[in-house]
Amino acid sequence: MNSSVSETVDQSIPKEVSEKLTMVEAVNLALDHAMADDQDVVLLGEDIGVNGGVFRATQGLRDKYGLKRVMDTPLAETLIAGISVGMATQGLKPVAEIQFMGFIFPAMEQLICHAARMRNRTRGRLTCPMVLRAPFGGGIHAPEHHSESTEALLAHIPGLRVVMPSSPVRAYGLLRAAINDPDPVIFLEPKRIYRAVKQDVSYDTAILPLDKCFTLKQGNDVTLISWGAAVKETMEAANTLQEYGASVEVIDVATIKPLDMETILTSVRKTGRCVIIHEACKSFGVGAEISAALAEEALTDLKAPVERVTGYDITMPYYRMEDHYLPKPDDIIKAALKTLSFH
Amino acid sequence: MKAKEYCHIPYIRYLSDEGEALHRLPAWTENSDVLVDYYRSMVIARAGDAKAVALQRTGQMGTYPSALGQEAISTVCCSLLEKEDVLIPYYRDLPGLMKRGIPLSDVLLYWGGDERGSASEAWGKDFPNCVPIATQAGHAAGVATALKVRHQHQVAMVSMGDGATSKGDFTEALNLAGVWQLPIVFIINNNQWAISVPRKIQSGAPTLAQKGVSAGLTSIQVDGNDVIALHEAVNAAIKQARSGKGATVIEAITYRLGDHTTADDASRYRESEELQEAWGREPIKRLRNFLYQRGLWNEEKEQALQKEAAALIDKEVKRYLNTPLPEISDLFDHHYAQMPAQLEKQKQHAIAKAEAMNMGGVHS
Ligand SMILES: Cc1ncc(C[n+]2csc(CCOP(=O)(O)OP(=O)(O)O)c2C)c(N)n1
Ligand SMILES: [Mg+2]
Repeated sequence: MNSSVSETVDQSIPKEVSEKLTMVEAVNLALDHAMADDQDVVLLGEDIGVNGGVFRATQGLRDKYGLKRVMDTPLAETLIAGISVGMATQGLKPVAEIQFMGFIFPAMEQLICHAARMRNRTRGRLTCPMVLRAPFGGGIHAPEHHSESTEALLAHIPGLRVVMPSSPVRAYGLLRAAINDPDPVIFLEPKRIYRAVKQDVSYDTAILPLDKCFTLKQGNDVTLISWGAAVKETMEAANTLQEYGASVEVIDVATIKPLDMETILTSVRKTGRCVIIHEACKSFGVGAEISAALAEEALTDLKAPVERVTGYDITMPYYRMEDHYLPKPDDIIKAALKTLSFH
Repeated sequence: MKAKEYCHIPYIRYLSDEGEALHRLPAWTENSDVLVDYYRSMVIARAGDAKAVALQRTGQMGTYPSALGQEAISTVCCSLLEKEDVLIPYYRDLPGLMKRGIPLSDVLLYWGGDERGSASEAWGKDFPNCVPIATQAGHAAGVATALKVRHQHQVAMVSMGDGATSKGDFTEALNLAGVWQLPIVFIINNNQWAISVPRKIQSGAPTLAQKGVSAGLTSIQVDGNDVIALHEAVNAAIKQARSGKGATVIEAITYRLGDHTTADDASRYRESEELQEAWGREPIKRLRNFLYQRGLWNEEKEQALQKEAAALIDKEVKRYLNTPLPEISDLFDHHYAQMPAQLEKQKQHAIAKAEAMNMGGVHS
């Protein structure tokens, strides 16, 4: 490999400049700043070099940081996760891209059997400060296996963190935090909203905690809890409900694992009503976990059964019918009205 | 010793880039029907492929991976298979699928976002398209094992790209094919690119075929734009597999003349000179020149063929575009032989919701 490119390009950061960026641009900026701040941060994955990633999340970084720090790998996800574990144990901070979440499965053995356990197995002698990024979710008319939401599979694994931004600012702040974190973080990027909105993002944008939910809207009557791209429909529903006169609280979970039940409990204790919205299949999902935790810890505060608005327990339909699978604002409104009218 | 020195992989080629015989041709080429059929099939497939791209560009179909420039591989492979053999294709096999008798409208329906494109009787026991790279290699090993256990004489043929050979699934399937003497033909469509990753940074091995050597398999390279060379190689591989003598790895050297898919822009990472040069080696022009030289083809036949292709494609595209959306129940009914009660409830919910919202799906 040759890293000569990096020596000729200015790697300094224009720290004060704030730009209106989309989420995928914010991801790019977070990677850029993390690499500038820390020589140990390296990127790897399929088509992340000259092509800048199929969604352009790594655009320009190979030219800036060179081939030794931005590595196009052979087509092999088991390997991508395996070498990330290897590199991480030696002090590098690999940030690997899995091209689509649907191709994460070959990496699962390395994630479950090694990345998640290395610290525990060696009682901290070896650790895995690695990040594995993957775009996920439906709604962009993609080919088969390109639209699933399987965060629950990952959240089930002790030792992994699972993070999922839903805005440019949170993408920046959470990705920087994920890269700084001493443990393996799965960073899932809802690609349907990659370019949905622009926000001011800069080097001064806050690095965010990896164990806190975000309250996007405060209210007293009902709590809507969501994450990923579904936050968009959730906010739309909340605004409509507001017009109906309901006072709605909206929480973006964002850090799926470990789960910040404190914020959720505080909100639900206040409102007594709760709707959980996610794109993933319903059964055995993250919504079930939240619902169970509410039943365990806030049963007497609940004024209505917890509602879930989710994808069905079916294979993500190929794109012609995917709209029938995805939760819609109307579904959320209906569920919220149902809890609100429960006595 | 360097890998090149101890691992000799034969390379078969009969036709020059201009379609001239480079050396004595095999006897079967005396029968012009076979070659003319290859030519006709490739021309029709290329027209169908171009139409698929056009449908995507005009918003009438989703992402599509063009087979432009790689028609010879898939066409010859599937021409030589018997109907009862099992094809385990990948996404760049439109020409072969058409050769297998699968209607173009099925393939368009599939890329149009509708699972029913993989459902018709025409598919027989063949596999549907495989998206997760190289995973189909394992299926081929399983299909071949089933054939062997039942003393059947069919073969399994599996195709994949050069990038796919980097995955463990590929190596694992080769290994099993060697140790269990499985009746498989492994076809590597080496089009020099895996999206933006060029062949030379995919593998340090001088050839991809030699990965087969390490598993004890017959392993060869062939000019993938030369139907005569392909015919020789594939025919021998099928015969060997059918007679119980094990699997072959065929690395077919070709070039991806199009973008990776309609969602890709190859000009970001590929030199236009390289592309221009590759056009000089493409398979259809090469065979046409050969047929012309032999007096087996002429302008009149060419025009008739173009007309025939256009009519066929027109009919198939109409069929595709006129395929109504599936019922909502179709999304639920095919997960289990017996519908679980919980899922039935969800299905009724989806049906009621669609009715209430008067929702359609994406219209092609
Ligand atoms: C397991 C897996 N990883 C990544 C992808 C995304 N992807 C689709 S095609 C492709 C490149 C394949 O290249 P190659 O095997 O050479 O076949 P070609 O497309 O060139 O015919 C990649 C990385 C995938 N489909 N499956
Ligand atoms: Mg290829």
